[in-house]
Amino acid sequence: MTTPTTPEKPRSLSFRTVAQLVALVIADAAISVWVGRQAYLWMPPQASAEALLVDDLFGFLTTIGSFIFLGVTTALLYSVLFQRADKYDISDGPPVEGNLLVEVLWTTIPLGLVIWIATYSYQIYDQMAILGPMEHMNHVPNLGLMPPAEAATLPAVPEKTPIEVHVRQWAWEFHYPDQNIISTELHLPVNERARLKLISEDVLHGFYVPAFRVKQDVIPGSTIDFGFMPIREGRYRLRDSDYSGTYFAANQGIVVVESAEAYQQWLATAAQQPLTEADNRAFREFTKLGDRPISAGWKTVEPAPPPRVNFASSEEDSYE
Amino acid sequence: MSNASLDAIAAKSDQPFPGAPNNWRRFFSFSTDHKVIGIQYMVTAFVFFLIGGLLAMVMRGELITPEADLVDRTVYNALFTMHGTIMLFMWTFPMLNGLSNYLVPLMIGARDMAFPRLNAAAFWLVPVFGTLLMVSFFVPGGPSQSGWWAYPPVSLQNPTGNLINGQVLWLLAVALSGVSSIMGAVNFVTTIFRMRAPGMGWFRMPAFCWTVLSAQMIQLFGLPSLTAGAVMLLLDLTAGTSFFDPAKGGDPVLYQHFFWFYSHPAVYVIILPIFGTFSEIFPVYARKPLFGYRFVVVSSVIITVLSAMVWVHHMFASGTPSWMRMLFMFSTMLISVPTGVKVFAWVATVWGGKLRLDTPMLFALGGLVCFLFAGITGVMLGAVPFDIHVNNTYFVVGHFHYVIYGATVMGIYAAIYHWFPKMTGHMYYEGLGKLHFALTFIGVNLNFFPMHPLGLMGMPRRVASYDPEFAYWNVIASLGGFLLGVSTLPFILNIVSSWVLGKRAPANPWNAIGLEWLISSPPPVENFEEIPIVVSGPYGYGSDESLVANNPAGELISEHS
Repeated sequence: MTTPTTPEKPRSLSFRTVAQLVALVIADAAISVWVGRQAYLWMPPQASAEALLVDDLFGFLTTIGSFIFLGVTTALLYSVLFQRADKYDISDGPPVEGNLLVEVLWTTIPLGLVIWIATYSYQIYDQMAILGPMEHMNHVPNLGLMPPAEAATLPAVPEKTPIEVHVRQWAWEFHYPDQNIISTELHLPVNERARLKLISEDVLHGFYVPAFRVKQDVIPGSTIDFGFMPIREGRYRLRDSDYSGTYFAANQGIVVVESAEAYQQWLATAAQQPLTEADNRAFREFTKLGDRPISAGWKTVEPAPPPRVNFASSEEDSYE
Repeated sequence: MSNASLDAIAAKSDQPFPGAPNNWRRFFSFSTDHKVIGIQYMVTAFVFFLIGGLLAMVMRGELITPEADLVDRTVYNALFTMHGTIMLFMWTFPMLNGLSNYLVPLMIGARDMAFPRLNAAAFWLVPVFGTLLMVSFFVPGGPSQSGWWAYPPVSLQNPTGNLINGQVLWLLAVALSGVSSIMGAVNFVTTIFRMRAPGMGWFRMPAFCWTVLSAQMIQLFGLPSLTAGAVMLLLDLTAGTSFFDPAKGGDPVLYQHFFWFYSHPAVYVIILPIFGTFSEIFPVYARKPLFGYRFVVVSSVIITVLSAMVWVHHMFASGTPSWMRMLFMFSTMLISVPTGVKVFAWVATVWGGKLRLDTPMLFALGGLVCFLFAGITGVMLGAVPFDIHVNNTYFVVGHFHYVIYGATVMGIYAAIYHWFPKMTGHMYYEGLGKLHFALTFIGVNLNFFPMHPLGLMGMPRRVASYDPEFAYWNVIASLGGFLLGVSTLPFILNIVSSWVLGKRAPANPWNAIGLEWLISSPPPVENFEEIPIVVSGPYGYGSDESLVANNPAGELISEHS
């Protein structure tokens, strides 16, 4: 067996090795940048100002992640392919126990990287100004659409009354207090900051609209102020994101973002409608006995009766 | 030393133990031998792994179509609750406890654990709470359906109105599991502190023992929080208290803090021994010392410390103020630094080695690649604005299955194959092992990769039905899930047949360095005839240093090269 008798001195790297390494790093970086661009395509439509920010952050994280993943797996793959022991070779490899410089580098470089990622994430969060439930919305957040100095000099926008979001096992209901409207579809005007009050009537639920990239648990016993900025007209899916019991998966709704005129029109029309019973999937499934899949006959919390609303969503499953 | 032939020592195996059953019956007795207890843990855990896996396959069957059409929604909710509970409390924890139980005393040169009876008692609680969990399938209303987090108020709803219901049994089982794990942790920490062989200073201790120590310290500081939370929830459910019930003035978010204060660090309790396994296996099959040993082992302790301050990242979309979200974002991302140190060290260990791609090495490499992927998505999840989008979606489910199946289960398989000859005295069949690896690696990626795009698209976790746009990736994931079910078959065949019929294993079939490889396979009761005197570090591959100054196997004189 051929073990070196003295520890190997670190050899100075040849020009050829350095050139190869640089070429590999450039290739890795180029592929990673490309993957980072693809990341935007994996997301739902960008229907809010927050979505633009979150997708930029995700693209950035994907680029860095791809760079590390490709670098490490390429090294491992090279070893597996080209550094295998011959069948009858029972000798050991070189007794390299470590290299302080390398170890310090791969501790400090990731540390710097982590601080960079965290700082960037912090800035994005700051711009989104998604408000924790223990704070109150008292300023118009700057969504990066204008420089902060300009935003600060804007005239104070008169506060709108927030739309109340009521959620229970298992229905979403939206109350427009100024117009005295109850609806199972959340209508919002485009390019105007939405203000919501999230209220749970029983257990934990989650308000989640993937196209807006926003999510907030709705916690029974407290009212949560919530806001975001829809920027794209369309119909989007609202989902319950915090497990809420038997019919959790069926607890979905529709958010409609429309022009200011269409929104006013909708409010006017809805206010004219009398209260009628909306369709409710959980209640429908619960009451429709028979044609059930494999059931153990376990007792469940009974769904609340269908909401009585001025406006019921007619096309439950049509959304982007 | 590393290349010394120690095969001659293999002659001394099957050592009978005076007065105790020395056949298979000892595995069904209240044995205090850490090796017997280790195997008891592992076999029990594996049975529950199969049960948890079957539950998962029924879930994947349900999710192969968008509608809730295979099982009733209550059944689906029970399935994911019990799948998560069983896989954590009945599979990974007992499995890793078993592995650590078997290996730690051997690796540090001790004859047993510090408290052998406590050790046996901790194990025998496992079948007790395992039975409680299984029984809950048959009580009125079925088992718990509130998810393995058991968040109130859903976990307090109890639609049956019975005092004995699935949720009560679940809470009892979790509390008992906590007691059992604390008993185990006291034992491990004491053993590692007090019973290392002469000459084995901290920096001569194998990396696996460092990771077990780090993991068990987490059990000691974290479990009281979970166990207290479980007891308070139990009181809310049965005695009418109102710690967490908002309808009576309780705070449901407080429970989330109690729960995650332990249950996030619990991930490190699981992954740290797997890190240890990687640190043991890469040097053996790359024939090189562990690169940067001191950095690697110290980083385990740093992970333990940091793990105590990351729990709120599970609650970024919950009732948490902004300052808390930012603080825990930084601490969460920070933990990737000591973890990265380990990953880079393993790659450097493998690099330039003389690789032998035996089954343990394949599983370790596959596990490392999965862990790397999971680590990257983990840092992504730490970034609050992105987390708010994917929190409680399948992105998270994909992430943690890469950790728990990709890295942990593959790491466990690597460990089982690597130490199988030591534990049983028989060699496993290499061909079946490689088949098992191929099926597992393909299955893991088919099953868990599709969950990432699903989460990005906005599919929430824990849904029995979903919108049709998610169907494509779900079909692929389901096929992967069924493949993972199939992948256990060659493993079971391999283990059972080679345990009974396999070729006799020598003391050191892999030519590995370590105290456990200096004694016969399987080791005699009380392990070492003579307590080893350790004179060098644990990974002297490529050097001629001897690990010990004496021959711990006793009468046979070892031949040093």
